[in-house]
Amino acid sequence: MATLDLDRRDLGGMALPPDEVVLAPGHTPGTITDKITAIVHDRTPRWWYVAFGLSFMVLGMFMMAVGWLFWKGVGIWGINIPNAWGFAIINFVWWIGIGHAGTLISAILLLLRQDWRTSINRMAEAMTLGAVACAGMFPILHLGRPWLAYWLLPYPNTMGLWPQFRSPLIFDVFAVSTYATVSLLFWYTGLVPDLGTMRDRAKTRVSRVVYGFLSLGWRGSIRHWNNYESAYLLLAGLATPLVLSVHTVVSFDFSIGIIPGWHSTIFPPYFVAGAIFDGFAMVLTLLLPLRAAFGLQDMITERHLHAMGKVMLATGLIVFYGYLIEIFFAWYSASDYEWFMMQNRIGGPYRWFWAALILCNGLTPQLLWKKSIRANVVALWLISMVINAGMWLERFVIIISSLHREFLPSEWGMYRGTIWDWMTFAGTLGVFMTLMMLFVRFLPMIAMSEMRTLTPGSGSHGAAEAS
Amino acid sequence: MTTLGHRRSDAIDYDDRIPPGDHSRIYGTMAEFATPDDLLAAAHAARAAGYKKVDAYTPYPMEAVVEALEVPRSKMPLVVLLGGIVGGLTGFFLAYTTQVFIWPWNIGGRPYNSWPAFIVPTFECTILFAALAAVVGMIALNGLPQPYHPVFNVPAFSRRASSDRFFLVIEAVDPKFDRDEARRFLSGLNPSEVSEVEL
Repeated sequence: MATLDLDRRDLGGMALPPDEVVLAPGHTPGTITDKITAIVHDRTPRWWYVAFGLSFMVLGMFMMAVGWLFWKGVGIWGINIPNAWGFAIINFVWWIGIGHAGTLISAILLLLRQDWRTSINRMAEAMTLGAVACAGMFPILHLGRPWLAYWLLPYPNTMGLWPQFRSPLIFDVFAVSTYATVSLLFWYTGLVPDLGTMRDRAKTRVSRVVYGFLSLGWRGSIRHWNNYESAYLLLAGLATPLVLSVHTVVSFDFSIGIIPGWHSTIFPPYFVAGAIFDGFAMVLTLLLPLRAAFGLQDMITERHLHAMGKVMLATGLIVFYGYLIEIFFAWYSASDYEWFMMQNRIGGPYRWFWAALILCNGLTPQLLWKKSIRANVVALWLISMVINAGMWLERFVIIISSLHREFLPSEWGMYRGTIWDWMTFAGTLGVFMTLMMLFVRFLPMIAMSEMRTLTPGSGSHGAAEAS
Repeated sequence: MTTLGHRRSDAIDYDDRIPPGDHSRIYGTMAEFATPDDLLAAAHAARAAGYKKVDAYTPYPMEAVVEALEVPRSKMPLVVLLGGIVGGLTGFFLAYTTQVFIWPWNIGGRPYNSWPAFIVPTFECTILFAALAAVVGMIALNGLPQPYHPVFNVPAFSRRASSDRFFLVIEAVDPKFDRDEARRFLSGLNPSEVSEVEL
């Protein structure tokens, strides 16, 4: 399989249809270096200042919302009994799910030897880190006394207290912190050889010293590559079960509870599929504008768009199946509460949210069956935005429609986010975009050392196996 | 002040030990190749000629060169396995000792040793420790971080080794090493340049 791909690449890509080419013909290792280092070393484009400025303003709004939250407490949010969980948990699940596509692209597609992952994995991993950073803030903000967040960690203390290891909330602490750490390690390991290139191409002494420091003095010795390739492959092997476990653990937060609509074994696979679905949508949301802005069509080709569109379609179908089977099981369970919850979800006061969810996540992705739509950058970008919104709605529907009418009618109530909820949520988009803008400006956004293995005649059979 | 992995001019001054004008001590002889195929052929030739201390420098991983230079198998899998085992034991016994001995707490009548629930932290710690072992192990086995290395003294190397040129170095510590002989040998392998690497 690998040799077959390599042979086809040696044809220079000329014989392949446009949706098969992972790297446009005419590239050599040197042109890849030039193209990607230039993004960082050249003058900052004007649009970058505009985009960064806007993102940073939104980040400022987040700081305001969080500052007021720390002053007043969680009472400024819309949460109350019966809806003790609201935006914070919705946003947490949404953001952590978005992160999953990065790990899927970098780890799982590496093990599956999908060479189209090569030009998008760095960007997707950076997106993972940004998304996990945003996700990780929400449970802490939700604590009420966020300055005591370290109580969640197991450490010997004078109170003699330890975390309760049977609780899925503690599972979350372990899963999310491990996920954040491993994602950072994986991303950094991938960056080390490229940081060496950045050092060698640096135009100023400051950047040479900084990139040199970060590259650890990497010099591309074949003995280094030998350990490096082994470590990278092992990290991919470790990240693969990890990423599947993280959203599984997040879904335990719900499925271990007894609330109607949550207490279900379908949650882990359905959450993981939703995470990948949404994550790919976010990758496209970010990547398509950057591809146009930096002229990266040679490296992020039509093949990539098709492949990502197909992954979204496949995972979208799994998610849609999840929605339908939930309805079936609510009926089949013969539990009055389950069946009432489902009727209330579809026909109750939040029915428009459910209808919008089906429109966004069930019906819109069906457009991706069509090849011409997958190849249309604008259409793909709009669909990805719709899916991002749809997945947020999904978490809203799961959390709110189950909680707001639980077992006893006397505890029924309605939930709505306050202005502070919305500012915090929108604010994390600013945090995320600020991090992304800094990333594309200061680090190589495409993995150069891996891209070089895709050039014709690279002679890198090993790389064909491992990239 | 050392600049990481860079030209020697502003790096540690080795000239104290070497008399001025005497360049008898060098790190090795370096050949630069324009294509990976030339490098691979040169690597095979160097081994065939009996050189043992030979290193190649490439801008991307090349398994064929690893094989040609008979680089021993990486110890990474063992390091990662040990990290994973330590992590798994740590995770499980962290949960076990705290829930059974230090802070026993009756949660809905469940046993203190609720091992199925402890699987999640056990699993996460296994992955965490194994991943840390992979990265720290890779850095350590490669002898990084390394602020100074002689190969960067060759200008072409520090400009292009991380981009689009392929280098082979016969190190001076090789028992068979002889400056003139090494230069002559490498010149015959179709290099674009042969230079001596100063210490």
